Amino acid sequence: MKLEWRTNKDLWAGLMYIVTGALGMWIARDYPFGSALRMGPGYFPSVLGGIMVAMGIYVLALGLRKNHEKIQGNLSLRALIVLPISMIVFGILMEEAGFIPAMAALIPISAAASREFKWLEVLGLTVGLTILCAAGFIFALGLPYPLIKGLWGY
Amino acid sequence: MDLFNNLFFGFSVALSLQNLWFCFIGVFLGTLIGVLPGIGPLATIAMLLPITFNVPPVAALIMLAGIYYGAQYGGSTTAILVNLPGETAAVVTCIDGYQMARQGRAGPALAIAAIGSFFAGTVCTLIIAMFGPPLAEMALKFGAPEYFSLMLMGLVAAAVLAHGDMIKSLAMVAMGLLLGIIGTDVNSGMARYSFGIPELTDGIGFIVIAVGVFAVGEIVSNLGETEERKVFTSKISGLMPTKEDLKTSFWPIVRGTSIGAFFGVLPGTGPAIASFSSYMVEKKMAKDPSRFGKGAIEGVAGPEAANNADAQCKFIPTLTLGIPASAVMALMLGALTIQGIAPGPQVMTQKPDLFWGLVASMWIGNLMLVILNLPLIGLWVSLLKVPYRLLFPAIMAFSCIGIYSVNNSSFELYLTAIFGLIGFMWMRLECPPAPMLLGFVLGPLMEENLRRALLISRGDPTVFVTRPISLGFMIATVLIIVIMLAPAVKARRAAITG
Repeated sequence: MKLEWRTNKDLWAGLMYIVTGALGMWIARDYPFGSALRMGPGYFPSVLGGIMVAMGIYVLALGLRKNHEKIQGNLSLRALIVLPISMIVFGILMEEAGFIPAMAALIPISAAASREFKWLEVLGLTVGLTILCAAGFIFALGLPYPLIKGLWGY
Repeated sequence: MDLFNNLFFGFSVALSLQNLWFCFIGVFLGTLIGVLPGIGPLATIAMLLPITFNVPPVAALIMLAGIYYGAQYGGSTTAILVNLPGETAAVVTCIDGYQMARQGRAGPALAIAAIGSFFAGTVCTLIIAMFGPPLAEMALKFGAPEYFSLMLMGLVAAAVLAHGDMIKSLAMVAMGLLLGIIGTDVNSGMARYSFGIPELTDGIGFIVIAVGVFAVGEIVSNLGETEERKVFTSKISGLMPTKEDLKTSFWPIVRGTSIGAFFGVLPGTGPAIASFSSYMVEKKMAKDPSRFGKGAIEGVAGPEAANNADAQCKFIPTLTLGIPASAVMALMLGALTIQGIAPGPQVMTQKPDLFWGLVASMWIGNLMLVILNLPLIGLWVSLLKVPYRLLFPAIMAFSCIGIYSVNNSSFELYLTAIFGLIGFMWMRLECPPAPMLLGFVLGPLMEENLRRALLISRGDPTVFVTRPISLGFMIATVLIIVIMLAPAVKARRAAITG
């Protein structure tokens, strides 16, 4: 039987643990190790990385069994790309343009992560949520952000 | 008597107008997110955490606690009415609660769930008041070896009792510990795993990881599934359970409360374990077990009492030892830290208003939930009709504002986006993120105590098994693993957690 590696859940999980643990140990080799009596900053991470690699090998072995488990469910590539972008845009606009522009960008962009995007609905949601959040966070809780930088608020 | 003096003092704090208001906001928000699937108390508390900086410590903790136990109530409401568990612990309530609703007995099911939870809440308030002070006193004598062993026990319990493969969960704990190392080492002042990025020398905020994984990652995961939500709303007629109902439910509620309290004190376990155990016990004890799954009221009363008891007793190790007993409790301690209060056994003596006010507020909050929720059921059910495509942008907005307000910088936002992607990957690979978060929080504490313990013992590792309390924790840790590896338990665990 050919090993299905693409959807092999434990194979990928095991690889992830091994890579993370090994990377942890590799970076920690620059930190003084010390001894059990006087542990250096490298002691704990190195031991931990080693434990992780060992557990990773076990999980990897689970994935090599004949009746290994497959990854379930569907993947939305659209959400995977759009949601992080919406957060980055929000971060940039909060620093450059103020609260209202940031919200007005975040909500429609993140809403576009769903396949059921409807323009009119999203417009209403954007206006409603922006007003609600401005009232709640800026006015009621007093978070110190300008509504529109240089024009309105601080 | 001391007990009543303390409780009386607690009520005088909790009954102030401000604290009552925050308690109300907490339980209201909690029920709301408990009803809504796709957002849990963990993500909500993480989002709101930075904002609590502007609120006095007692009020902040009262509100956050309200969100936590309020969510358990909300979760059971939707479980009964629409067969949809809003929270993981409510999965059990679906079994018989939904059947009762289909038989036109939704009213009594909701009422008995509320009564059971309230009874459990009352008992647990007393338990915390009785056992809190002596436990804190004992904890004051804990040294570094005891703390290390206790944390080890909590982490192992969290991993072993989590959903799925045990080694995968343990590896997630290690992942959390490793992430916790990022930042400046307190002993040597050396920056570890900071990749030359100055912001990382302070370490990653756990709010970043919690929101990234449990809010953003969850949304990415949900958007992959096609939405299908059937709302079955039976007309609720006659809320009051009959005398017969109350009689059959009494002992299940008492048993559920004890089971919940037991699992509650154990660090690392979640409310789902408590409610599953209670259901199993009731089914075993019943004269006619075939009624279960067909609308047996005991199947609602017991588990509901158990999950509420568990939720509340989780505060015992958290507040008396300063060791978070679950990921949500880690956020509670985070709220304390934001306020400049170091968590630990000294909190009870140095900040009695905080401890006793919180304990009393939990009883008040439970009462509010009973009074508020039964009339508001219509509102909660109509909320379920809000489509997910409108819900998740709102969650994104609250998450982003919450994260940005941590340091008023967008660096945290970018990190959160990265953890959203990593969290999604973990969910796909079924690597449970909850033990990771606990490991992340306990990591620095554990390393610190390990170093100190070995320094005191001059590098002799037997220090962990020669001191009696530490030995006790070590034995308990081994026992937990051995019991879980026993074939009978392993099979049953597979049946329960799927």
